[in-house]
Amino acid sequence: MLKSLREHPRLVMALLALVLCALPFLIGAGLGNSWVRVLDFALLYVLLALGLNIVVGYAGLLDLGYIAFYALGAYLYAWLASPHFGLHLPFWAVLPLGAAMAGVFGVLLGAPTLRLRGDYLAIVTLGFGEIIRIFMNNLNAPFNLTNGPQGMNLIDPVSVGAVSFGKPLEVAGMTLPSTYLNYYLFLAATLLVIVVAMRLQDSRIGRAWAALREDEVAAAAMGINTRNVKLLAFAMGATFGGLAGGLFAAFQGFISPESFTLWESILVLCMIVLGGMGNIPGVILGAVILTVIPEALRYIGDLQRATLGHVVVDPSDLRMLLFGMALVAMMLYRPAGLIPSRQRKREFGAQDGVAEQEQADLYDARA
Amino acid sequence: MDELLRVSGVTKRFGGLAALDDVTLEVNAGEIYGLIGPNGAGKTTLFNCMTGLYSVTSGQVVFAGAPIQGLKPHEIVQLGFARTFQNIRLFANMTAKENVMVGRHPRTRAGVLGAVLRCARTRAEEAAIHDKARALIDYVGLKHKGRTLAGHLSYGDQRRLEIARALATEPRLLALDEPVAGMNPTERRQMGELFQKLRQGGVTLLLIEHDVKLVMGLCDRVAVLDYGRKIAEGAAEAVQRDHAVITAYLGGEAA
Repeated sequence: MLKSLREHPRLVMALLALVLCALPFLIGAGLGNSWVRVLDFALLYVLLALGLNIVVGYAGLLDLGYIAFYALGAYLYAWLASPHFGLHLPFWAVLPLGAAMAGVFGVLLGAPTLRLRGDYLAIVTLGFGEIIRIFMNNLNAPFNLTNGPQGMNLIDPVSVGAVSFGKPLEVAGMTLPSTYLNYYLFLAATLLVIVVAMRLQDSRIGRAWAALREDEVAAAAMGINTRNVKLLAFAMGATFGGLAGGLFAAFQGFISPESFTLWESILVLCMIVLGGMGNIPGVILGAVILTVIPEALRYIGDLQRATLGHVVVDPSDLRMLLFGMALVAMMLYRPAGLIPSRQRKREFGAQDGVAEQEQADLYDARA
Repeated sequence: MDELLRVSGVTKRFGGLAALDDVTLEVNAGEIYGLIGPNGAGKTTLFNCMTGLYSVTSGQVVFAGAPIQGLKPHEIVQLGFARTFQNIRLFANMTAKENVMVGRHPRTRAGVLGAVLRCARTRAEEAAIHDKARALIDYVGLKHKGRTLAGHLSYGDQRRLEIARALATEPRLLALDEPVAGMNPTERRQMGELFQKLRQGGVTLLLIEHDVKLVMGLCDRVAVLDYGRKIAEGAAEAVQRDHAVITAYLGGEAA
């Protein structure tokens, strides 16, 4: 079955496309609109994880302040498309601007960290992430830029022509809730980012990132400008983060600094570690799992109420516990992630590597 | 003969220690130049100073007529001066071919836009990178090992791969830091043949080596470093008989 599927990549792609198109209807019918909303958030996290994957997975730069770029994208969207400044620019202008601004900040925040590696880089980026959040929290005086902890409200939804993605749409007798509409918007953005990430990975730039990750000195001795290549990784990752931020702001209609805490940065990092750093399918899987499972665990509260009559263990506590246990188990049994990249697998599993190696040699000898 | 590299009066201090003390030497285009000396003489330090990994305390390094001290390693590679490392520094989790493909970086141009749009020029460049990498792997004698992980290659093959990777940057001068260390006599002979082939292909070689026999058989000229100073230079046979060299290698008592 699997083998025959592998022989028909077009068929698989067509099936996948069909499933992706039908997904909100299936989930909406089966689980209700709130789960379509979860699906939308899963796609936003996929975008974020793919962006962070460029920095951490490809170039090997541990960034713990990644959510700052998500925040920048979201705030730029709010500044340019909400009553806050009375500006209402269209989404197709604001989203690229937000992505570009996040990219510029990626370079600005990346530049001072060029000489840092590993733990030290993680600490400095963590600081940057917090600085951005605290700025957002406090820039309501002397000039009200961010409206402080109250956040910014009434942000324009994305609208194409007369169709606003913030309101349900009547089509051919059906009513499509805004969560459905945004699903397709996010799906389009995600597909775009996947293509960009895949093409980058398999290119001169991608090889330079991989070389940088493996051995910075040797990379420089191969003529790679390590400074530029690092900054490029920060910029590309931040751009994706900024895009996701803009979409988030348009979707929610409301943003506040609370959405951009250190926890979010760590969550996105966990997604790529869980799924398989450096590998796009793995990263997507990790993002989906870590968005969906906590939501599913909410039902444990209802379950307790139904069976025991009252809530014994708070589901949100349980979520954290299970989350922690899952990560520990993963580090023990699948340290390279659920779907590891080739390169990662080699790093972690010497045994597997040798078998794969022999296979490759055989293949090579025949070719 | 054309002078390709000139090191004049290079001094490198680490705190109070002068690892290199006023070293001067010239490498001519088309020759194989040997750099020998006891352990700790400063050979690798000199390499690092020439290739931009260390900054020199004083002195000048001129490559192909242009001063290169103070340039970044990648800028020096761009000019056509590549190197290998004494303790092999391959990208161990990438395949042999991928390693060589990384070496094409300074001679290719595709940026983010090219990579994302995959326009005709980028596709042609990628194809050329693949071809060149395959050709270089064959050239250094690693045929059929292109898909092997660099870290899984035998020690001798790793040395060869490092040379292939450096060659991918199209160097005019290739600096090899102990390329035959730890090899058996047969492997050494084969490496010697590879060096001759490289020279015939137009690459000038600068060689750090301990194996005096190999150096004597291969190098046109040899410089001897001891305690950071150049104590002798000249044709291999002459250097071998030099009093200072014998003292450096065998110790003061033997002289």
